[in-house]
Amino acid sequence: MIDKSRIQYLEQLWSRTHFLLGDEACAYGAIYAGCDFFAGYPITPASEVAELLAAELPKAGGLCVQMEDELASIGAIIGASWTGARVMTATSGPGFSLMQENIGYAIMTETPCVIVDVQRSGPSTGQATKPAQGDVMQARWGTHGDHEIMAFAPSSAQECFDLMFDCFDLADIYRTPVIMLMDGEIGHIRESVTMLEPSTVKRASRKKAEPGEDLFGGPELVPGVMHYGEGASIHVTGSTHLPNGMRDVTTPRVHDELVRRLYRKIDENREKIIRVETDISTGGNARIGVISYGATARPAYGAVKAARAEGRDVDFLRLITVWPFAREQVTDFARNLDFILVPEMNLGQISREIQRFADCEVISVSKIGGVPHSIDEIYQAIMEAMR
Amino acid sequence: MIVRFVGFGGQGIVLSSYILGLSAVLDGKRVVQNQSYGSESRGGECRGDVIISDQEIYELEPTGHDVLVAMTQPGYEKLVVSLKPEGTLIVDSDLVIPDAGLSPPGIRTYSIRATELASKKFGRKIVANMVILGYMNSLLSLVTVESLEKVISQSVPDGTQELNVKAMLEGIQLAMKDS
Repeated sequence: MIDKSRIQYLEQLWSRTHFLLGDEACAYGAIYAGCDFFAGYPITPASEVAELLAAELPKAGGLCVQMEDELASIGAIIGASWTGARVMTATSGPGFSLMQENIGYAIMTETPCVIVDVQRSGPSTGQATKPAQGDVMQARWGTHGDHEIMAFAPSSAQECFDLMFDCFDLADIYRTPVIMLMDGEIGHIRESVTMLEPSTVKRASRKKAEPGEDLFGGPELVPGVMHYGEGASIHVTGSTHLPNGMRDVTTPRVHDELVRRLYRKIDENREKIIRVETDISTGGNARIGVISYGATARPAYGAVKAARAEGRDVDFLRLITVWPFAREQVTDFARNLDFILVPEMNLGQISREIQRFADCEVISVSKIGGVPHSIDEIYQAIMEAMR
Repeated sequence: MIVRFVGFGGQGIVLSSYILGLSAVLDGKRVVQNQSYGSESRGGECRGDVIISDQEIYELEPTGHDVLVAMTQPGYEKLVVSLKPEGTLIVDSDLVIPDAGLSPPGIRTYSIRATELASKKFGRKIVANMVILGYMNSLLSLVTVESLEKVISQSVPDGTQELNVKAMLEGIQLAMKDS
């Protein structure tokens, strides 16, 4: 059910020509995808997400609050989610670090929410205004304890817009936090963005529990939900709990069943969650492949095209879903290859993951320092590997 | 075509690159616009890059430029080396003195008195960037004048649309006289 004021807002928005920063495209995508509540704290290079939502979200019938810090921001969206709202926050590395504990809380309490991390060069304050992809493993394992997580990496301003639909829908379908893993490069380039006609927008919704039904367990991997104000007594806790939500932190079986179910509800639905894009060279004889994601996928693909123009067969795979990891797709992609090159703006975080599932040699083409790879740098790495 | 604007915050460097970029989008081109600036709101070095192409754009931060528009001496000195051979350098001669020893050989240099013209003709030196935008576009035919006019009108503060468009048109006139 899309709110009337939202429809009116989108009607006057969609048909214009949009030339947007990735951050702005992400914010508009959130409004389109039905974000009702945003709470955040400004930080380069994510501030434009909050800036745009502060100006626009109220016009679309939503609410935007600047909180005192990132801990409060994620706390606010988790609380708001339990009223049935679609919720989001946006930050960068230092703020993302502060949010980790509550990301775990959202996982454990099965609270749908979207966390945008526009990655910048770290650790710590690092190069505050420079892009990086150093939070990939933090997105996976930043919060403690066993868990699965979803994260998406856009490679264009258009994809910053488009992927917000996936983020909000998957958060609702699987009752879990979803991470929009942008980078400062994509967040701060401006490109043309096409929006959808509002009447064609489809949104998933949370499965509703029947009165008296358990909200934190039961026969399904994803239990139905009731929200505050809908008549149920709800106990929401980050401690290990029974299907009815009440704490039981001592019975091994209760913890085992709960945490395994939280893991399985994402792991067993990988097929529905994972999206990759592949471009296999026409010759079909490639011995070498390139896998990349986010901003780095752009020059990586440019380098693949340049190598092909020289008559070299090179395959290409772009991870759109970074987590859960596209292990079957990577295994398949690697099947006839001798080498896979993995350009990324970190010291090889995804290349090691690829090595786990690829039966060939994996070469990390890492770069840090705040300047993205050039096409030529990746092209040279391809030529080097071919020698 | 890769165009880089450099100057200091407050000269409308980022705005110029935005206007050029959106104009090219309206003309049906693929465009990536990129910017960098210091944490100061005014006075820090400021850059705006625009990549315009008929094909998909893979390199988001290009290393070589076809055109450099420089509105400060340090900006010119720092970035002129990244101009491609046979590239075009456009400077505001009230603010930048090109140095034959620094500029790569083979580039074409155009020094125009944009700031002086803006302040004499319009009483507002802030529109110097619009003069340069019109001049550059007339010289290189990057986008249609129609798109440029339209985008300027929708991108500048209310009440200054006419002034900014006039300044851009003045730049076109100047280029015609020069050629």
